Amino acid sequence: MNDERLGFHFDVDGTNFTSAGQASVEVKKNLRQIGISPEIIRKVSIAMYEGEINMVIHAGGGTADVYVSENCVEIVLRDEGPGIANVDLAMQEGFSTAPDNIRSLGFGAGMGLPNMKRYTDEMKIETQLGKGTCITMRVFF
Amino acid sequence: MNVRDLAEKLELTAFALPDADRTAEGVYIGDLLSWVMGRAQSGQVWITIMSNINVIAVASLSDVACVVLAEGVTVEESILEAANQRGINLLGSNKPAYEIALELSRFV
Ligand SMILES: Nc1ncnc2c1ncn2[C@@H]1O[C@H](COP(=O)(O)OP(=O)(O)O)[C@@H](O)[C@H]1O
Ligand SMILES: [Mg+2]
Repeated sequence: MNDERLGFHFDVDGTNFTSAGQASVEVKKNLRQIGISPEIIRKVSIAMYEGEINMVIHAGGGTADVYVSENCVEIVLRDEGPGIANVDLAMQEGFSTAPDNIRSLGFGAGMGLPNMKRYTDEMKIETQLGKGTCITMRVFF
Repeated sequence: MNVRDLAEKLELTAFALPDADRTAEGVYIGDLLSWVMGRAQSGQVWITIMSNINVIAVASLSDVACVVLAEGVTVEESILEAANQRGINLLGSNKPAYEIALELSRFV
């Protein structure tokens, strides 16, 4: 058996809100090219987009890695932002610390993390105040 | 009905029509992008008043057939470019979302 995984790496620019989403759209294209089913692609790209937006809004950018293995797609989002003080609270629908200017762009409704959980089969949040956050999500085939 | 015919029937402004043959079925209305991304279904017509660049990413990720910008909302050149580049049909109307949806209900 061979456990080599196919991977895609992206740097998420934290200074440019309007470019957020590029990595997710790119991943969607890549997954389609390698024949992943539309339903899986939809879940992966939505979860990743929310994560990408979060890194831009809350953490000043970061990196996104997507791995495709035999049984799942794994998304790893890493940033060196402020960390999440209370993960249980952050996971609640409607909880948001996003500023008003982000809200006027249609984000900051506190639906991101709940959406990420809803659209993936596994989600793990590792976070340290003042150090950063790493979110790992898996969608199984 | 395909997006090209829909645009003609409803006299919508065609900001970008890179995928005019796409079939549209059903309608979703919403402006909160996280919400839309989670709820809009593939192939639907998405009506919104949001017109920033993230609309293109959300349309692409949720795989809607087209976006209709309501209430005479206009878009910047860079957004048109992104729409064309990513194959997103972007239409516009001066009417409010409700009226657009009523008209759409005859066709999709
Ligand atoms: N990568 C991150 N770094 C720091 N804080 C974060 C990060 N992601 C989410 N958060 C915190 O969790 C809250 C909830 O996130 P989310 O559900 O995506 O809602 P929203 O982004 O709309 O505020 C955010 O308002 C923010 O306080
Ligand atoms: Mg968010």
